[in-house]
Amino acid sequence: MTKASIEARGDLRLTRLTKSYGDFTAVDDLTLTIPKGSFFALLGPSGCGKTTTLRMIAGLEEPTAGSIHLGETDITTTKPYQRPINTVFQNYALFPHLTIFENIAFGLRRRGQKDVKEAVDKVLNLVELPHLAERKPTQLSGGQQQRIALARAIVNRPALLLLDEPLGALDLKLRRQMQIELKWIQKEVGLTFVHVTHDQEEAMTMADTIAVMNEGQIEQMGSPADLYDNPETAYVANFLGQSNLIKGTISGNDGDSLIVDLYGQKIALPKNRSHAIDNSTYAGIRPEKFRISLLETPVHGNVLTGGRIEDVSYIGVSTQYQVEMPWGQELMVFEQNDDGVAPFNKGDAVNISWAPTFTFALRGDEDVTAGSEVQPEDIDEE
Amino acid sequence: MSQKIKDATIPTIPLGGRIQRWIGRNLIRFYAIFAFTYLFIPVAYTFAFSFNDSGKSNLIWKGFTLGNWQNPCGAPEVCSALGNSIKIGFLATFFSTILGTMIAFAIGRHKFRGRSTSNLLIFLPMATPEIVMGASLLSLFLVFKINPGFWPTVIAHIVFCISFVVVTVKARIASLDPRLEQAAMDLYANEFETFRRVTLPLVAPGIAGAALLAFSLSFDDFIITNFNSGTLTTFPKFIYVSAARGIPAQANVIGSAMFFLALTIVIVGQLVNRRKG
Repeated sequence: MTKASIEARGDLRLTRLTKSYGDFTAVDDLTLTIPKGSFFALLGPSGCGKTTTLRMIAGLEEPTAGSIHLGETDITTTKPYQRPINTVFQNYALFPHLTIFENIAFGLRRRGQKDVKEAVDKVLNLVELPHLAERKPTQLSGGQQQRIALARAIVNRPALLLLDEPLGALDLKLRRQMQIELKWIQKEVGLTFVHVTHDQEEAMTMADTIAVMNEGQIEQMGSPADLYDNPETAYVANFLGQSNLIKGTISGNDGDSLIVDLYGQKIALPKNRSHAIDNSTYAGIRPEKFRISLLETPVHGNVLTGGRIEDVSYIGVSTQYQVEMPWGQELMVFEQNDDGVAPFNKGDAVNISWAPTFTFALRGDEDVTAGSEVQPEDIDEE
Repeated sequence: MSQKIKDATIPTIPLGGRIQRWIGRNLIRFYAIFAFTYLFIPVAYTFAFSFNDSGKSNLIWKGFTLGNWQNPCGAPEVCSALGNSIKIGFLATFFSTILGTMIAFAIGRHKFRGRSTSNLLIFLPMATPEIVMGASLLSLFLVFKINPGFWPTVIAHIVFCISFVVVTVKARIASLDPRLEQAAMDLYANEFETFRRVTLPLVAPGIAGAALLAFSLSFDDFIITNFNSGTLTTFPKFIYVSAARGIPAQANVIGSAMFFLALTIVIVGQLVNRRKG
């Protein structure tokens, strides 16, 4: 090797990281700390800069500006082979001319380890494919190749493991199974995982912390529950699941709550869930938090009256309603089918109610469609 | 009930239609048989006449003998010409494969000024009529006061083989997934190790194919060789010269042997691939 490899361990810190291609800025002034031992997801649609960020961490792209630190060591300009970082590539990139055993042993051998058998056998057992050691990659199924790609990376015990859409090529059922396995393996080996994906469900299943990326910047970062229950922007609210965003005005204060006027009807929400900067706001409520009731039924919490059921879709586990409100907006409501029958019909006049603590408030100048036009199933072509 | 529907809905095909369909299905087979016959009649002829008890001229069938195969060097000069061709072939293959592979990597992998021009210039020797290339190479050698002979022939062969090597190897490089090299770098292999452990082994089949192609091009080249070899006799030159007074049956023996050797190499290659695959 031309330069000794780095033995750094610790948190990964990206400081003002920027990558431009001509006029196009793929990653824009990104500052981020990924704690040691965490499972971190970079989530965003195709072209949001998440893969470019990952490639800069791996050393496969050089940043235009900014720095990357691993622990106290600056690794910004080091070569990929000097970094104690390994990647599971999107299409696995297994070496087709080498056996599975030699694929996994590749990293160990390059670092001069003589006796690799024990380590390779151990990791093959971890991914539950010890019988495939002498096969070639082309003889394996997609799911098996995925596990071998993972084994080839973790056998090196890197300070950081990068996963670039690792489950993108697998079918839905296998993907669900691998999500659980990946999470288990991460706990088992205790490495820091950085996972890039456009699939919000995948990110939420696996990651401790998710950073939602949009146009080269981080839109919001937090635990899956934080992001889902208390999104700070319309983009996050729409990209992670579905949201009802209702235009309103903050009209008052009541202790820890804010009073918001939605087209003449007053509702309350906790102050710490408001991200508005002035009196204009969008009140956000997730569809499954709503309850529908007929006009004469007494209800608690926030209530919006004057709704009319426009559409009913029975989908087994729940029933989805479209409810038209007096101001013309259609709200989505998901009701659990606890009692097995859809109790409301098209045309019913109804009230909608929910607990105030489930409300979040966004800035009034937001684009309410941001993030919703994104097709999460788009293949990432970065 | 269902039987009735079946009868009513499936119309029978008239005889003329069935004949037409049969021809349509089998036409490609007739065509293939015809094409292969056309291609292999000369080979079969050459092989058959290698057993001709011919004496001086090998034009008329005079009886079966194994003598030609038992003594392939029996005719004057045939084996020394073959030896020259093999020597030139190996040297031209060796140098053109190394140089051509290097050029292919440069053009296929790196962006530099004049890349597209180089790409075009590489194609030029393939497009140039051999007669023009042979003549101009000869005049070039004469300007530098180099007499035609063994080494000028080797150099001339390297010149036209390089283009074919570049094109063949470049195609292989183009089909190589760059992520494999990135994966190698990610797994602690530096630039040199990445090339040696990943790039080269994956491009190797292309290089081997290019070398075989270069050898066969060099081995049967006549026009360029005729200009630049002076008094040196190569196998194609020997055949050409002896055609005037009758090609000895030993030439058929060598030709047939070359054919079967090539065939064996291809079959073995296929079998090895199949076992690997």
